Amino acid sequence: MPRGEAAGAVTATGRGGAVGAIESRLDTAGAEYQARRAAMLAKLGELAAEHAKAVAGGGEKYVERHHRRGKLLARERIELLLDPDSPFLELSPLAAWGTDFPVGASVVTGIGVVEGVECVIIASDPTVRGGASNPWTLRKTLRAMDIALENRLPLVNLVESGGADLQTQKEIFIPGGRIFRDLTRLSAAGVPTIALVFGNSTAGGAYIPGMSDHVVMVKERAKVFLAGPPLVKVATGEDADDESLGGAEMHARVSGLADHLAADEHDALRIGRRVIARLNLRKAPGTGSVRPPRFDEEELLGIVPEDLKVPFDPREVIARLVDASEFDEVKPLYGPSLVTGWATLHGHPIGVLANAQGVLFSEEAQKAAQFIQLANRSGTPLLFLQNTTGYMVGKEYEQGGIIKHGAMMINAVSNSAVPHLTVVMGASYGAGNYGMCGRAYDPRFLFSWPSAKSAVMGPAQLAGVLSIVGRAAAEARGQTYDEQADAAMRQMVEAQIEAESLPFFLSGRLYDDGVIDPRDTRTVLGLCLSATGGAPSPARTGFGVFRM
Amino acid sequence: MIRRLMVANRGEIARRVFRTCRELGVETVAVFAGDDADAPHVAEADHAVRLHGDRPAETYLDGAAVVVAALRAGADAVHPGYGFLSENAAFARAVLDAGLTWVGPGPDAIAAMGAKIEAKRLMAGAGVPVLPSLTFPAAVSEAEEDARGLTYPVLVKASAGGGGRGMRVVRDPDELAGAVQAAGREALAAFGDGTVFAEPLLEHARHVEVQIVADRHGTVWTLGERECSIQRRHQKVVEETPSPGISERVRATLLDAAVRAATAIGYVGAGTVEFLVAGDTVAFLEMNTRLQVEHPVTECVYGVDLVRLQLEIAEGVRLPAAPPAPSGHAIEVRLYAEDPARDWRPQSGTLHLLEIPGVDARFGRPPLERGLRLDSGVESGSVIGVRYDPMLAKVIAWGPERAAVARRLAGALARARIHGLTTNRDLLVSVLRHDAFLAGDTDTGFLTRHDLTAPPPRVPLFALAAALAAAAANRAAAPVLGGLPSGWRNVPSQPQRVAFDGPAGRVEVAYRLTRDGLSAEGLPDVRLVSAAPDLVVLEVDGVQARFTVASHPGEVDVDAPQGSVRLVPLPRLPEPVARVAPGSLLAPMPGTVLRVEVAAGARVAAGQPILILEAMKMEHSVRAPATGVVSALNVAPGRQVEAGAVLAVIEEPA
Repeated sequence: MPRGEAAGAVTATGRGGAVGAIESRLDTAGAEYQARRAAMLAKLGELAAEHAKAVAGGGEKYVERHHRRGKLLARERIELLLDPDSPFLELSPLAAWGTDFPVGASVVTGIGVVEGVECVIIASDPTVRGGASNPWTLRKTLRAMDIALENRLPLVNLVESGGADLQTQKEIFIPGGRIFRDLTRLSAAGVPTIALVFGNSTAGGAYIPGMSDHVVMVKERAKVFLAGPPLVKVATGEDADDESLGGAEMHARVSGLADHLAADEHDALRIGRRVIARLNLRKAPGTGSVRPPRFDEEELLGIVPEDLKVPFDPREVIARLVDASEFDEVKPLYGPSLVTGWATLHGHPIGVLANAQGVLFSEEAQKAAQFIQLANRSGTPLLFLQNTTGYMVGKEYEQGGIIKHGAMMINAVSNSAVPHLTVVMGASYGAGNYGMCGRAYDPRFLFSWPSAKSAVMGPAQLAGVLSIVGRAAAEARGQTYDEQADAAMRQMVEAQIEAESLPFFLSGRLYDDGVIDPRDTRTVLGLCLSATGGAPSPARTGFGVFRM
Repeated sequence: MIRRLMVANRGEIARRVFRTCRELGVETVAVFAGDDADAPHVAEADHAVRLHGDRPAETYLDGAAVVVAALRAGADAVHPGYGFLSENAAFARAVLDAGLTWVGPGPDAIAAMGAKIEAKRLMAGAGVPVLPSLTFPAAVSEAEEDARGLTYPVLVKASAGGGGRGMRVVRDPDELAGAVQAAGREALAAFGDGTVFAEPLLEHARHVEVQIVADRHGTVWTLGERECSIQRRHQKVVEETPSPGISERVRATLLDAAVRAATAIGYVGAGTVEFLVAGDTVAFLEMNTRLQVEHPVTECVYGVDLVRLQLEIAEGVRLPAAPPAPSGHAIEVRLYAEDPARDWRPQSGTLHLLEIPGVDARFGRPPLERGLRLDSGVESGSVIGVRYDPMLAKVIAWGPERAAVARRLAGALARARIHGLTTNRDLLVSVLRHDAFLAGDTDTGFLTRHDLTAPPPRVPLFALAAALAAAAANRAAAPVLGGLPSGWRNVPSQPQRVAFDGPAGRVEVAYRLTRDGLSAEGLPDVRLVSAAPDLVVLEVDGVQARFTVASHPGEVDVDAPQGSVRLVPLPRLPEPVARVAPGSLLAPMPGTVLRVEVAAGARVAAGQPILILEAMKMEHSVRAPATGVVSALNVAPGRQVEAGAVLAVIEEPA
C-alpha cells in the first residue's frame, strides 16, 4: 500500500462544529452505505439466530420439564436477580460454537447490576445436559471469573449443575481445579463471592458454595455433598439419604455451610440481593449528564465494507461512539494509518487507537508506543479499534526497522497498566492483532463485530503462500507443478482459513467476549468502562527495554 | 358581638365555619380528638383544644367535655356544625347555661324536631302534610297497623338522630319485628335512644327540602328548595337547587309548609325542612335544626353566606324583609372514600393526593357568576380513619344553566387526581352524565334503578404506563450505568416483567425497550412517545394519550383522560409470608368489634354468626364458614381491628 495517502474524508479539527468534534462525511443515502448496511444486517440476522440457540438452552422439552418442576431457567434467575430495567451484558454467548457441544456451553455469564453494584454473574443452565460442565463451560466460567478478579466485581454463582460431563472429564478435571482456587483468590483480594444454590452442587461442585463468602441454599432443592448415597454406601457402607448428606436444611442448621436457608428460588434471589446490598460496595455517583454522540449509532451498520481490503475511516466510527462526537486527535499528521486521540465515552475518559489504512508502518508503531505511554502517565483507559492487515512488509520497511518499531508497539501494549478494551471491527491479521491488543494481550474486554476476521494472514494470502512454497518445492524436485491440484488446494485452504477467521468460530473458542451489534458498541464499552473503573489500575511496572 | 367562636365539630364543616369567621374577624377555636391532631381544621384554628378519649362518644359527642373546652379556650360562642351534637337540645342548653352564645335554634325547637314522632304530630297540627306512622316499642299487631293505615313497604326509622342511621326498608310484615329490633339497637348505640317508628315507604319519590332562615324578630326566609333525591343507603350523594322536576304548585306548597313548620316551633337560625315529593303528593319527613351538608348550593344560587347569617342572627341582627333572588343553578356532589361496587363499603387509609382541577373557590361562593367550589375537610396526605364519616370533599358547580353545570362538574371530577383510597368518583361522574339525570328524572331510587358502573378503564394500558414510569425512575436513580439504555440486553431472552394488584386483580406487564421502540406483550398497538417518572405518553391506535403517574408508599396511581387506576406494585421477590391458618376468619374491613356471639372452644354450625363487626355505620356479621370448633378467638367487644386481621379460627373436625 502506498505511503502517505491522506487519512481521508474526516478531520477532527474545527470545521464549523464544536471544537474537537468530528465532522462526518458518511453519505448515508449512497449505494455504498446501503450495501454495507444490508450486508451487516444479514450478518446480524445470523448472529441473532446463534444467540437464540444459546437462549433456547436444552430445548423446549427440557425447558418445559424444568418449569414443571417449579424451577426457573438460568436467564430467568438472572433477570430476577438484576435491578429492574438495568442493563445486562452477557459474555461469551457463542461459547462452544462450532464444537460438538451446544452453543452457549451450558452456562450463562455476564455483567449486571444488583442493588446498584456491578457484579459478574455465572449461572449454570440445568436444561442443557443437567448443567454439566464440558471443556467450553470451563473456559467460559474461568473467563468470567478472570473478569471478576481483574475488575474487582463481586461474583455471584447461581448454581445448579450435575458436575462434570464425564465423557470429557480428562479435559475438565485437572484444569477445572482453578475454579476453586480462583474463588478463594477473589475472596482474598477482597472481591466478594456469593453462591446461590438452586439444585445439585455435588462432588467438586460442592466447593463452589464451599469456597464462597456467602452461601444461600434453596430448601428441599439444594443438594451439596462430596458424595451421594450410592458412593457413600460403596465407600463406607453407610446408609444415608440426600437430605441428610447435603440438604439445604442440614447445611443451614447442622454443617453451617449455608448462611441462609431460602424458602424457594425467588426467596434465594431475594436473599442474594440483600447480601449484595449489604456488601457496602456502592460506587461514588457518576459524572452526571452525558452527551450522546452527534451522529446516529444506527449508521455504524454502513461503515465497514464487506471486502476488508477496502479501507474505511475509523473517525466515522469514533464519531458514533464517543460523547458529543468530540475527539482530540494526537499526531493527526504523523503516521496517518493509525488514528490516536482522546475522548470520553459515557463520561469515562479514554484514549483511542484505531487503524485507518489497515497497514501499520514504522511511524504508526512509534506513534502508538508514544500514545500508550501518555495514557499510562494520565491513567486513561485505552480503546483499540482494530482493522489491521498487520505490519508492513518488504525490503524498504524491513530495512527501515519495522520489526524494531512493531516490537516497540507490542512492548508498550504488553506492559501498559491502564485498562484496555478492544473491538475488532474488521481485519485483525498478523502481528497487527498483537500490537492492537488482541486476545493474547489480555485486554479487560474484547468484542468483535460480525464483520471481523482474525487470522495470521488473509485467506487468499495464506493460500497464495502455500502455493508459492509448494511450487518452489516441486521445482526443486524437478517436478511439474500440478496447476489443477494447486487451484483445488488454494480453494480449500482459502475456505478453511476464511471459516476459521470468522467471528462466530473465534467467539466459540473464547477468543473474544462476544460478537456484538455495532450499534451496541457504545453501550457495551460504556458498561465495560464502568466495570473496569471499580479496580484501581495496578501500579505501573514500567516497560521492557525499547529497542531504538 | 361574637368575639371568639368554637366549632364543636371537625372536618370540612369546621373549616367552612372558620372561613366565615376569618372574613368577619372572629377568632376561632377548634376541638379535636387525638386521631385528628394533624387534621386541617385544627391547623386552621386560632386555638385548639384536645378532647381526651378515643371513641367519638368520649370526644366530639361528649357535650360536657366540649363545653369545658369552649370555656377553657375563652370562646364566647359555639357553632355545632352538623352531625355530632348539632341537634342535641341538652348540649344547646349546656352551652347557653355556660353563658355562651349558641349558634342555632333554641333548645326547645331542637327538642321539638329531635323526636321525629313528636315532630310529625306537631307538624300535622300546624297544617304541614305528613305520612301516617306506627311507633315502637309497641305491640305489633295487624290491627294496629291497619288502624294506622300502614301499607307495605314501610320504612323503619330511628326517632332520634338522622343521616339514615338505623333505617330499614321492610317489604314483608314478617320481617317487621326483626327490622325494628335491629334498628332500635343501632339507634340506641348511635343516639342513646332506641325508639323507632315505621311509616309507608314512598317509592319513586323525590327528596326535596327547603332552606329556612329565621331571625329573632319574626322574619322567616325561605331560600328555595334543594333536591337531594340521589341517595345511597338513605344518604345524599348529589344535591342541587333548584329542583329540576317539581311544578310551581308543588314548589309553592313546599315553601309554604316550610314556613308553617318553622313558625310553629318559633324557629330561629338556619334550618331545613325535608319533604318527600311524589307527583303532587308532599309529605313532611323531618326538620333539621342546623346547617345542612348541602348548604353550598343554596349559597351559590342565592348569593348568601349561611354561616354568616347564622352568626348574625345569633347576635340578634334583623334580616331584611325579603330574601335575595336566586340566580342560576348549582349542583353539589359528595365525594366519599367508599367502594360503590362493594356495597358502598367505607375505605380507610392515607389519602395520598386530592387534586381537583379548576377550583375557583374554597368554602365560599365562586367570585364570578359561575364556577367550581370545593369544601373539603382533608388535604393530600390526610389519613382517613374508621371512626368518622368517610366524606372527602364536596364539589359544587354553579352556573346559569343546569346541563352546563352538570358537564362542568363531571369534567372536574373526571380529571381529579385522587390517590390512596377507592372513592365514588366514577359513580358521581356517571350520574352527572346520565341521560335520566340530565332530564331531571331523579328520585330516591335513582342509584338502584340505573346501572351506573362506568366502563372499566383498559387496566393493562395503565399498568404499562406505570411500569414505564417506574423504569424511567429506576434509570434516573441508578447509581451505576444509569446512562445506558433501559433494560439493555445484548442477548435478549425475556421482557422486563412487572406485576401489580389492580382493580380487577393481578395484572402483569411485560415490556422491552429496544432501539426499535417499545414492545409490550398483549398491547401490540401501543407505541411509546416518551416516558418520565411522572408522565408517560403512549400512542394507542394512532392516538396519543398522556398518563400521569404518581408513586406513593405502597401504590402507584395513574391518571389519564380515559380514567384513573390505582395499582399496588407487587414485589418480584416477595418475602415468604407466614400462612394464615386454614379456617381463619378475617376482618372484611377495618372496624370495631361490637359483640362476640360465641366463646372459644364452642362448637359452631356453618353460617352461625361468630361476631358482629361495626364499620362506619353498618353492622357486619362474621359467620362460621363451616361447622367446627372455635379454636381461637382473638378479639373482644370494643376492639378495633384492621382489614385482614384474624378474628377467630374455626377448626373443622378432621
